Amino acid sequence: MSQPTDLDSGEPASPVVNYLNHDRGVWSWLTTVDHKRIGIMYLVSVLLAFLLGGIFAMALRIELLTPDPTIMGANMYNRMFTLHGVVMIFLFMIPAIPGVFGNFCLPLMLGAKDVAFPRLNLLSLYLYWTGATLAVAGMIMGGADTGWTFYAPYSTSTPETLFPVLLGVFILGFSSILTGLNFIVTIHTLRAPGIGWMRLQLFVWAIYATSIIQVLATPVIGLTVMLVGIEKVGGFGLFDATRGGDPVLFQHMFWFYSHPAVYIMVLPSMGVISEAIAAFSRKNVFGYKMIAYSSLGIAFVGFFAWGHHMFVSGQSTFENGAFAVISMFVGVFTAIKVFNWVGTLYRGSIAVKTPLIYICGFLFFIVFGGMTGIAVATVSLDVHWHDTYFVVAHFHFIMVGAVIMAFLIALHYWFPKMFGRMYHEGWGMTAAGFIVLGFNATFIPQFLLGNAGMPRRYYMYPERFQALNVASTAGSSLLAIGFVIVLIYLVFALVRGKRASDNPWDSRGYEWLTTSPPPKHNFHETPVITQDAHSYQKPGEEVEHVVL
Amino acid sequence: MSSSEAHAAPGRGEPNLAHHFETQNQQDGAVRLGMWLFLGTEVLLFAGLFLGYTVYRNFYHEAFHEASRHLSLALGTTNTIVLITSSLFVALGYHAIKQGKEKACAVLLVLTILCALGFLGIKSIEYAEKFREGALPGKWYHFSEITAPGANLYYTVYFLATGLHAFHVIVGMSVLIWVLKGVLKGKYGPKNYVAVELGGLYWHLVDLVWIFLFPLLYLI
Repeated sequence: MSQPTDLDSGEPASPVVNYLNHDRGVWSWLTTVDHKRIGIMYLVSVLLAFLLGGIFAMALRIELLTPDPTIMGANMYNRMFTLHGVVMIFLFMIPAIPGVFGNFCLPLMLGAKDVAFPRLNLLSLYLYWTGATLAVAGMIMGGADTGWTFYAPYSTSTPETLFPVLLGVFILGFSSILTGLNFIVTIHTLRAPGIGWMRLQLFVWAIYATSIIQVLATPVIGLTVMLVGIEKVGGFGLFDATRGGDPVLFQHMFWFYSHPAVYIMVLPSMGVISEAIAAFSRKNVFGYKMIAYSSLGIAFVGFFAWGHHMFVSGQSTFENGAFAVISMFVGVFTAIKVFNWVGTLYRGSIAVKTPLIYICGFLFFIVFGGMTGIAVATVSLDVHWHDTYFVVAHFHFIMVGAVIMAFLIALHYWFPKMFGRMYHEGWGMTAAGFIVLGFNATFIPQFLLGNAGMPRRYYMYPERFQALNVASTAGSSLLAIGFVIVLIYLVFALVRGKRASDNPWDSRGYEWLTTSPPPKHNFHETPVITQDAHSYQKPGEEVEHVVL
Repeated sequence: MSSSEAHAAPGRGEPNLAHHFETQNQQDGAVRLGMWLFLGTEVLLFAGLFLGYTVYRNFYHEAFHEASRHLSLALGTTNTIVLITSSLFVALGYHAIKQGKEKACAVLLVLTILCALGFLGIKSIEYAEKFREGALPGKWYHFSEITAPGANLYYTVYFLATGLHAFHVIVGMSVLIWVLKGVLKGKYGPKNYVAVELGGLYWHLVDLVWIFLFPLLYLI
């Protein structure tokens, strides 16, 4: 808890050698195998992707301001929502938390010097860059109008060039698999002395569950997009009904990955929340084991729920019922987590900081989004809501509401860890207000629109839907303003922010045991952990974590 | 290699411990677990094609049955034997390097690689035959002997599955060549054989996939 670096001159001198300054130049970054630097490079990359996807989202919202064509035609609109979907899902949400914070924090939380396979880790990043470039360039130059789902037979017969996008997604899948594989092995083999399985931080448990899904589900999407590509180029007829193929088979294979993939996106978020709730309510996590096991539970049942995307595809009533029931189990596991988080907050010593605002937002979004998830998992209701804005709103409540909140929490909570600087709390709170309110204003109208019957993926609509569409667009501009504020004060903090102490939140996470920013090999000496994770038992007392 | 041997690098047959591992055991465990997970992803990659096979076999039972009779059982069986033998060679090679018999290991790896080449050769004879007959996937199908609907899908699945498998044979072969180079340079020995072990594991997977493909495509 010392503030050693502010010298009398006021110069923000940085005499301490850390992972950021031990070696300089672009080349030293591009060839690094340090998980922390790779995490930072992921951060820059996913933020660019988020900006790109956000611009397309705003274009969509502007188009939907009026019932008639506003700024683009039908085909451009189709390309825009495809770009928005592909960029946000494959380039932002899937790699965001594992790629950035998983890479940066996981080895620190395990007391390890690096991930198990550092060079493979760098390869993941390069594969991400390759896949991202291919997908984005392919979409912008060749166009892709299928939506991010690439449903056959449309995807195999559209005149647009889809192949580079499919290849991009295939390569991104490899990146995701290698990251997951690396994390699983790291968690198994590189825990510091004293960290048994029941002493893992909850973020580690969440990343572990996520990695299992990444490793087991991603190969299937890789194969599926390749089959679509082969089908389109070679006419193999696998998904083509005129040659005896079955387009529904595509849907099964696609959702076998893409349903678990939503847990690739949301499970790491849940891990972030568990960390941050403990830190900002200064209290041991309530129900540690329940939260840990429910992550595995979600990963497990997530594999058997894919059919709920296909209630209207003609699958049997029995299948529909089975998939509906299994989907609801996800709700049970999520509820276990929510109750435990609220239990952690209850009678905690709450520190009202920016991350806490987002935590409250997250809890609201996950409950509201989760309950509507139970609603759309009910077959008789889903038949009416299918392919309407109700589903769009539900999806964004969980994916944007929960994942973006968690991403922002992680960014603020670990900002001093990563860069040794503090962001401005006042601006942080202001932006959080914009984002949480703007988010509600964007997507609550979409629930109402969907319920009133407005289908998704149309650039024109009957006039009676206009008021709610305008409300949604207004909300999205609040959201955009919020993100711009975040960007400005974080960049400012990076350059001129107040220097942070090693553990500014007084957190009990193991990642805070080393200096901030950490030295090149994370710890000056391997820590020996003698306390459970998130151990706040004696408030005000220094916990003796380490025996050096 | 000679220059790196001069610099403190591991000596002949000695393991190379990366900086972030504490012990050799820990590193070996990590590498093994990584390989097993990777093999898991490979199984799931093929699982999609097996799913396609199951679905279309169910749809077009007649055509699938007829089409499988048109594959060469003799060549398929020979290839199965070739692959199983190659797996035996690679397993013996692993056994040899654990006992420090570098030469035996190298010979066995060469035999494995020759088997792989043999497999690819036989497979290409089969492919050429199919191309001649016009027993091809999807829109390219113009084979006159099977009239039942869905035969084109049989050949779609056949070419996709065996093609993906052949690609894995090539990858596996390249891995084994890389391992062989290491063996010849004296990198491996009784204390450092994990690379040989993992190359062999990968080869067994390639073999195993074929053991499932063979009965599904040729026998039933």
